[in-house]
Amino acid sequence: MFEINTLLVGLLLVNFVLLGASRLGTSVRQVAAQGALLSLLTLAEHAGWSAPWRVWLLALGSGVVKAVVFPYFLRRALREADVRREMEPYVGFTASVLVGVTALAASLWLASRLPLPGPVASPLLVPVSLFTLLVGLFLLVSRRKALTQVVGYLVLENGVFCFGLALPEDAPLSVEVGILLDIFAAVFIMGIMIYHISREFDHIDTDRMSSLRDETT
Amino acid sequence: MIAALLLAPALAGVVALLLRSDRLRRALLVATALTHLGLVAAAWRTGPAGPPAAWLRLDPVGMLVLGVTSVLFAVAAIYAVGYLAHEERTPRPDIEEDTLFANGPEAVFTGCLLFFLATMTLVTVSQNLGVLWVAVEATTLASAPLIFFHRHHRSLEATWKYLLICSVGIAVALLGNFFLAMAASFGPSGSGSLVLHELIAGAPGLHARWLKAAFVLLLVGYGTKMGLAPLHTWLPDAHAEAPSVVSALLSGALLNCAFLGIVRAYQVLGAAGQGRFAGDLLIDMGLFSMALAAVFIVAQPDFKRLLAYSSVEHMGILAVGIGLGGGAVFGALLHLVNHSLAKGMLFLLAGNILAAYRSKSTARVRGVGAVLPVTAALWAAGLLAITGSPPFGPFLSELVIVKGAIDGRHPVVTVLFLLFLAAAFIGMARPMLAMVQGEPRPELPPSGHDRWLTVAPAVVLGLSVLLLGLWIPSWLDGALRAAARVVGGG
Repeated sequence: MFEINTLLVGLLLVNFVLLGASRLGTSVRQVAAQGALLSLLTLAEHAGWSAPWRVWLLALGSGVVKAVVFPYFLRRALREADVRREMEPYVGFTASVLVGVTALAASLWLASRLPLPGPVASPLLVPVSLFTLLVGLFLLVSRRKALTQVVGYLVLENGVFCFGLALPEDAPLSVEVGILLDIFAAVFIMGIMIYHISREFDHIDTDRMSSLRDETT
Repeated sequence: MIAALLLAPALAGVVALLLRSDRLRRALLVATALTHLGLVAAAWRTGPAGPPAAWLRLDPVGMLVLGVTSVLFAVAAIYAVGYLAHEERTPRPDIEEDTLFANGPEAVFTGCLLFFLATMTLVTVSQNLGVLWVAVEATTLASAPLIFFHRHHRSLEATWKYLLICSVGIAVALLGNFFLAMAASFGPSGSGSLVLHELIAGAPGLHARWLKAAFVLLLVGYGTKMGLAPLHTWLPDAHAEAPSVVSALLSGALLNCAFLGIVRAYQVLGAAGQGRFAGDLLIDMGLFSMALAAVFIVAQPDFKRLLAYSSVEHMGILAVGIGLGGGAVFGALLHLVNHSLAKGMLFLLAGNILAAYRSKSTARVRGVGAVLPVTAALWAAGLLAITGSPPFGPFLSELVIVKGAIDGRHPVVTVLFLLFLAAAFIGMARPMLAMVQGEPRPELPPSGHDRWLTVAPAVVLGLSVLLLGLWIPSWLDGALRAAARVVGGG
């Protein structure tokens, strides 16, 4: 359950599924799975079952928020907006997977260039976190639906979180809780906005929200 | 003291959400704003205090930004009362399209304004970069519902952009924080702590490559929120679609808070002997912001967007001033004060003009001088102030920055800086003066008159920015010098 390399490979595979997913429901499920994997990873990084209570608290807290609460918000938004698929993303699904392969190679190279202060739990930790980050950024810019953009934001945030696990010293508990609360509130507000967008526009395609731009006289 | 500064607006925000009476809620808003101002004034009297290793502490730079924020918020709160009292409650015709729209609940608006103040206060007192990050992200969340107060599709689009772009930017800044913690983990005494005091004390031991990467990420992350080009894309939309009083706070207070995030990172790099690397990046990004803003200011048909791009320009000026180092740092910090006062005033006035004419078009609004004489006089004065003409404050602060550039032997920076300032001056002066003069267009009959609740706040800001151009009080001068020393300028 706490085999760190298995968890990291799981994280990596989830990223690829996300890149190839055309159904919004799949994206939401995968990002939930990623949240669950990350919370297990937090425990695995800190000696599994015998981790101190504050690690348990954080792992459980982030697990509940990312694997249960967020998917619930997003699925509700999905129901309200009544859309099922991401039609015609800016970059096609096959091409997206190829971009993913390139991003993975880039992350492995980048991680090999960055020296680490001490031994980390797994040599895969830094490359996988960078890869997750890049996938998140790519999903943000290459998808049309407001909902997929939120998924992209969550993947990006997961990547940053994963990188935080490579730090030799943990951030203080209050800061970590603050970060988690902020992300929670951000997704909550984004969910409300998606609801308003679907009511106002009858769709959640952000590329059709284009009335604000600079015109010249 | 710090606890009171944070809790007063936060608790008042909760109460505002629960109150049923509009009158009571507005009174609460003004009372909280004035209490906050009083507390900040008391803090200024006692000066920076607290043990250096504390997470929450008022240091000279934080004090400066806090002071500006509190003054602007107090003025904006009074304006907001006048604004809310004259907003129609029923759905009304959109000013740009043939649709109807209504406002969001006033309780949410007032509550979020107060939460916004609380989160900005937290930004200014944070000495732990992790807490600072949490606070900056919280400012985004507290202000997003404010932009969506007028419930139509343009404000919805602006809010979505603001929320998503800033959240992603801030996520990048979080990665920057982690990189910084990584840089601090090297060496025998490496603790990985993000407390500013410890980072600066242990700066020589920071790992250079991680440190530089961290600065780039923090600059991109907080720069997005601050509106530095090319990451500014949310800014004109949000400023144009938000109610004017919110635009004034976004421009005059929020951008400074994001700037503070960059200043904190710059302090660490300066202490680690990487000040030149960070400074050059800041100068490049600052000049690029000024250039881009100048391009969009010229031929801008919407006067609120015009002011928004002017904010991009002024954020560029701040970045250049800090990046130059030496005497220019003093100029940049003085400019921060001047810009907030002048831009706050202009956005409040833009609100008055918008309310009377129901149009944001610089081409269609004419004859403000005849309809709203006080607003028009202040609008013209504000134009002179924001474009850096004497005798207003920004003239002085921009002069100090230029002097810093010349003293530091940066001829190219000096020339470009002056060139972009001139372009912005021409681009803003022509449409803004044309609005004041002439007769109102018959197809666009203005309604209303100057009301003291919405004019007096602008008068206060205008007089302050004029005063700062003529004479800087010794207590402010001392505070600015102390802050400049902390940031790393003479």
